[in-house]
Amino acid sequence: MSRLHFQPEEILETIRMVQMENLDIRTITMGISLRDCADADLKTCATLAYDKICRLAARLVKVGEEIERDYGVPIINKRISVTPIAMVAERCAADDYTLMATSLDRAAAEVGVNFIGGFSALVQKGYTRGDQTLIASIPDALASTQRVCASVNVATTKAGINMDAVAQMGRIIKQTAEMTAAQGGVGCAKLVVFCNAVEDNPFMAGAFHGIGEPECVINVGVSGPGVVLRAIEQHPDADFGELAAIIKRTAFKVTRMGELAGRVASQKLGVPFGIVDLSLAPTPAQGDSVARILEEMGLERVGTHGSTAALAMLNDAVKKGGAMASTQVGGLSGAFIPVSEDIGMIEAAELGVLSFDKLEAMTCVCSVGLDMIAIPGDTPAETISGIIADEAAIGMINRKTTAVRVIPVPGKQVGDAVEFGGLLGRAPIMPVNTMSCARFIARGGRIPAPLQALNN
Amino acid sequence: MNVQSTRIIVSVIGQDKVGIIAGVSAVLAQAQASILDISQTVMQDCFSMIMMVDLEKAAVSFDQLKHLLAEKGNDLGVRIDAQQEDVFRYMHRL
Repeated sequence: MSRLHFQPEEILETIRMVQMENLDIRTITMGISLRDCADADLKTCATLAYDKICRLAARLVKVGEEIERDYGVPIINKRISVTPIAMVAERCAADDYTLMATSLDRAAAEVGVNFIGGFSALVQKGYTRGDQTLIASIPDALASTQRVCASVNVATTKAGINMDAVAQMGRIIKQTAEMTAAQGGVGCAKLVVFCNAVEDNPFMAGAFHGIGEPECVINVGVSGPGVVLRAIEQHPDADFGELAAIIKRTAFKVTRMGELAGRVASQKLGVPFGIVDLSLAPTPAQGDSVARILEEMGLERVGTHGSTAALAMLNDAVKKGGAMASTQVGGLSGAFIPVSEDIGMIEAAELGVLSFDKLEAMTCVCSVGLDMIAIPGDTPAETISGIIADEAAIGMINRKTTAVRVIPVPGKQVGDAVEFGGLLGRAPIMPVNTMSCARFIARGGRIPAPLQALNN
Repeated sequence: MNVQSTRIIVSVIGQDKVGIIAGVSAVLAQAQASILDISQTVMQDCFSMIMMVDLEKAAVSFDQLKHLLAEKGNDLGVRIDAQQEDVFRYMHRL
């Protein structure tokens, strides 16, 4: 047997995936519990949180860079998620938590991570005082920070949908857009409204460190739409059984890379390894698009009939391949379909062939939801709440995570576009239904947990 | 689980020309890195060489060696990468 252990083709395949097909580790995210930072004084609480993050994550970026160097695989983002701040800050009597957000922002800058998630509250069944304060602070917090991401869980399969929170989040999204109007409402790109939020998600903007998580943990998000695209390009006539097998094999390899990076990072940092999130997460770069994979399967453009079926097959095959490759799979795991972050989605939306309603249908079969969609700035808050309610209903009934991250871009109309730059990309303003749902949203209360919840 | 090994994979990809193997081997010899195995193919004009190299007794760090190899790659007009062996072991073997 050759001492090389590997076939040269295998080595060349790995190198090709990295150099030509944008294979990368999308993120190494350190989850940090801030439960021990609660204090009766908000300022003390913020200082405790800042100090703890800086202490635990001091070497995160350096270790990430060492792994990149040693293995020749780019790690695009190093990030941090923390305990939902509503729980951490609740002990104090303050009626605004913006100070917590600015402390998180400073800590993120100090340790060199580009995003920190966890300015969050879980209110699927109701609000505590801390939840109320946190949600009311979101617009200000996102307008006065660069790196902080916020999320609010408004529904679960077990609890139903908190329609009061759904109504409020419509207004919070509008306020956040207005307070960051000079940057196209970019605050909303860092604000996610969830149903069935997961506690170990390494991807932003929805990452937070759940209350069942350990003190500190390393979670890894892998990516590689380009690798999957290339693999299926080589089999233009394969039937769906063969296509699924090809995607599974590719997802396996991509996930192994994440498993390695996570284990090494965990070892080097002396922090337990949590999960690998096997997601196909696109970026605006050429060749890093989920939409292109669906198009390569035979759709003229993503958004046409067949898109939902194509995405369902892709999502499932990614999970099947990835599940074999990692000991601990978690997070969101599946395919992401953010509009502004995927060149194929952007083009299809610009051409008008990818509609809001088709995107909603596609979220029934992919890993998250209506993501990074720019809508007219004058969209009423109630309409945004209606969008959230629909998406939460899909998640609740299908026992899956769904989310809404829409940006009502101030002053922009259908036909305009907005540029966020960097990973957040650009997006055409997409039309939404103009009929009112205000009376529906105004009812308030809770949509009861569905029969699916009664599985004990 | 120990995932770090002292073995690395050096890969050279580019236009075929005289002296590629000699050039790369010279850099490794100078660094006292020992070559365990070499595999080489030329398809059309594209040259690719894979070397397994042990750095256990090397006189330079992995980082420095990467740098030296990249410089030699520039001279030769080929792309030279060096990666820890584990990445291939992980990706292609369970």
